[in-house]
Amino acid sequence: MSVASQDTAIRTGRITRTLIYVVLILFALFYMLPLYVMLVNSVKPLSEITGGGMMNLPEEFTLEPWFKAWSSAQIGVEPTGLAPYFWNSIKMVVPAVAVSTVLGALNGYVLTKWRFKYDTILFGLMLFACFIPFQIVLIPMARMLGLMGLAGTTWGLALVHVVYGIGFTTLYFRNYYAVFPTELIRAAQIDGAGFFQIFWRILLPSSGPIAVVSIIWQFTNIWNDFLFGASFAGADSQPMTVALNNLVQASHGVKEYNVHFAGAILAATPTLLVYIVAGRYFVRGLMAGSVKG
Amino acid sequence: MRAFPKTKATVVAALMTSATMVAADDVEVLHWWTSGGEAAALNVLKQDLEGQGIGWTDMPVAGGGGEQAMTVLRARVTAGNAPTAVQGLGFDILDWGKEGALADLNEVAAKEGWDEVVPDALKAFAKVDGKWVSAPVNVHSTNWVWANKSVLDANGIAVPTSWEDFTAALETLKAAGITPIAHGGQAWQEATVFDAVAMSVLGPDGYKAAFVDLDEATLGSDAMKEAFDRMAVIRANVDDNFSGRDWNLATAMVINGEAGFQMMGDWAKGEFLNAGKVPGEDFLCFRFPGTADQVTFNADQFMMFDQGGPVSAEQAALASAILSPSFQSAFNVVKGSVPARTDVSDADFDACGKQGMKDLAAAAASGNLFGSMAHGHAAPASVKNAIYDVVTAHFNGEFDSETAVDELVDAVSIAK
Amino acid sequence: MAHSANADFKTRLQNWIPKLVLSPSVAMMLVFVYGFILFSVYLSFTDSRLLPSFGWVGLENYSKLWRLSHWEVSIKNMGIFAALYIVICTTIGLGLAIFLDQKIRGEGLLRPIYLYPMALSFIVTGTAWKWFLDPGIGLENVMHSWGWESFEFRWIKDRNYAIYTVVLAAVWQTSGFVMAMFLAGLRGIDNEILKAAQMDGASNWNLYRRIIIPQLRPAFLSAFVILSHLAIKTFDLVIALTGGGPGRATELPATFMYSYTFSRNQMGIGAASATIMLMTIAAIMIPYLYSELREKR
Repeated sequence: MSVASQDTAIRTGRITRTLIYVVLILFALFYMLPLYVMLVNSVKPLSEITGGGMMNLPEEFTLEPWFKAWSSAQIGVEPTGLAPYFWNSIKMVVPAVAVSTVLGALNGYVLTKWRFKYDTILFGLMLFACFIPFQIVLIPMARMLGLMGLAGTTWGLALVHVVYGIGFTTLYFRNYYAVFPTELIRAAQIDGAGFFQIFWRILLPSSGPIAVVSIIWQFTNIWNDFLFGASFAGADSQPMTVALNNLVQASHGVKEYNVHFAGAILAATPTLLVYIVAGRYFVRGLMAGSVKG
Repeated sequence: MRAFPKTKATVVAALMTSATMVAADDVEVLHWWTSGGEAAALNVLKQDLEGQGIGWTDMPVAGGGGEQAMTVLRARVTAGNAPTAVQGLGFDILDWGKEGALADLNEVAAKEGWDEVVPDALKAFAKVDGKWVSAPVNVHSTNWVWANKSVLDANGIAVPTSWEDFTAALETLKAAGITPIAHGGQAWQEATVFDAVAMSVLGPDGYKAAFVDLDEATLGSDAMKEAFDRMAVIRANVDDNFSGRDWNLATAMVINGEAGFQMMGDWAKGEFLNAGKVPGEDFLCFRFPGTADQVTFNADQFMMFDQGGPVSAEQAALASAILSPSFQSAFNVVKGSVPARTDVSDADFDACGKQGMKDLAAAAASGNLFGSMAHGHAAPASVKNAIYDVVTAHFNGEFDSETAVDELVDAVSIAK
Repeated sequence: MAHSANADFKTRLQNWIPKLVLSPSVAMMLVFVYGFILFSVYLSFTDSRLLPSFGWVGLENYSKLWRLSHWEVSIKNMGIFAALYIVICTTIGLGLAIFLDQKIRGEGLLRPIYLYPMALSFIVTGTAWKWFLDPGIGLENVMHSWGWESFEFRWIKDRNYAIYTVVLAAVWQTSGFVMAMFLAGLRGIDNEILKAAQMDGASNWNLYRRIIIPQLRPAFLSAFVILSHLAIKTFDLVIALTGGGPGRATELPATFMYSYTFSRNQMGIGAASATIMLMTIAAIMIPYLYSELREKR
């Protein structure tokens, strides 16, 4: 299981290379476009936006929309801005990501190194579970949360995200551990190491790359979720996406696009940071595991 | 009234007995009024309650004219965790009432005499089986046309009072290079226009037969085809970019003089006022031609959810605050709508508001006040959306008027 | 004796621990996924409207469902959308990965640029896309102001083309992610084989066609699973971009299901559409999962 990054041995001529750079840069522009539109318009006064020229740089630069989105925009009855909801999201995302990743790792470990009868069928069921459309689970899930006394709480919301994330995390870790040499495990067993000891001492230390993949995937999905957050959170645990929705979807009055865009970028900052900081390890993690089958 | 101290352990216990998680003396309010003006108006209510020592737990969920909030409500009720009060519209209130989920407000209603001051057509959506279950906040009327006065004057157009006048005015504007009608291409906006058009063609009896009684003969009648033909005329007078446009951007086109008319409910007035325009001077409001005597309405209300046992003191206080004349006046001046009770003074309202209050009282007295189909006050959500499907498909040119009539009959029969 | 009994117990425990560890996940999955699926299938045979109710109506919801032109539109859109989305994402993803694999300077900068859209939800980017595609203020307007007067780009306003704008935005969001998967696959290929083939005088084109791309099979399959799963769940994108319009031209099964279950209070029909969707997913995924998982035994 080599995780060392290596470039291809393919050699290319100068013209081809120029062409490749042109294509790559064009695509980079395409990908940057919406972010550019959002950024540029978030630092303009509203009058400049309604005057047209969506792509133009601001004539008058202002950070006012950012402050407003963060601390004084109208979200509900009180003009609280997005700030309080940011912490609600954090409180929900951190445990949900941690638990689903740990469970995924353990599941992957069991399914590859402690095989038993029908384990493949179980894994198949878990994979298929990833495809369940979220719209059909809303009502029964609400009932279950109510019965468990978790309705309207951060914990209930985190549980929902764990449940529907486990399929993916298990998939990632299973594929990663599948190529991990089983001989090492057997040797440790002969030395008398137990289930958890083997996991802790042998598998976990080399699980970094795939853990990054799993965390990025889960963090992004959970942070960006709106449907579950709106349906299962209580008044004091509504996540950031619900607040952003309230800001953007307000149906009357002047639409403050600059504030909307600033708020949107603020809401996306954590996931963007995760991608930028951990992105380096992301390809490495994918490389080491999930795409190798 | 159940009293639970707000500690974790008892909150869980409270949920187990499927009561609210809000502690005593708090109301939890689920609503979708998150824009500045609306929130300011709600704040009036909040402060009123706080003055009585009742806390306000805010649960805003915007989107889709309350559709998103209704989904959340369904999850909350299924979880046994219904909010105290929930903003609701028309048939949604009746549906919840029939599920037995709403509290009985008759006591406070009787004490404050709601039955005498709220119009019957509106009471039909606030009472279930003779019980008051929700507190109406306002009455929006939907068959308004908004016009830019200087555009009309410049082209020598008087306020049209018949369909023929109206089409002539559209021709004039088109010839002058102005978009005759500002329109946002979203299903509900098309249905709002269709509401007024159908009322003008079918007349009040036909409107009721088609959209309230869902009579197949009326739905499939030649008059209905005529209504669709008129929709096609309106479509021909809309700019190419209409699809997907929000209603307030369409209003902005009228404000800026890019367009002559917009057919929209009275909430559009707020946009004109925000832009510093004066009713009667800069912009005009009049009933859609051919519906001068009728008012199609929708009304925002707050449903009170059953918290187990009789209505709670907080709910009664909230309901009574909502129906107090001072709140009704203060809120509706901001919102552009008119008070739900007919005995509120019109002193604080502008020309359009005064007109609206007069129209409402007259229509209520003469039996010309009808729930708006487009806004869920004529038929249940399933039928409303089925009609949306046909109207929006026809408006977007998927089929002609004849097919539209057949589709309408079919769609309503599936949805019923 | 005592020692061996103890050892025996320990082995037995060791045999049980893995299953114990797996059991919470399995239990959650059985209840929250398969239990809910059964519940939803059951609801599709009932007269449920606002809330679940249990009056049996047989196949009525299904027959109503197939009478709705709205449903046909969403099925057709799903076909167009899923096919284009999967093919285009895979093509762009593979192409960018191959290009990026050519010892590109600035790879460290380009890679996050390609990847970041996956980090954003459409509640965030929906408005930006809507603006960009809107002929009045977006690309068309910008081109006109730059002097290209005849430029026309009004797909989002045209019911025959609007679905392609949904594809465009969806491709923007995930093609970078697919690129990362292929890039990872490429980096895992043994260079010795390539060098040997180069010695034999194979052209670059042939190297890719004959040796490299066939070796990316696992990456193709993972990409297929992820993309089809995202295609089926596409919901916010449509809501944010077109709201299902113009008319009902860009409805997808997910938006259909949501609107019947929640906005229209016809939970029975919503459940019927969900059942059909699940059966379709099963018909595609089970053979795939079967072949994938059996092979590895």
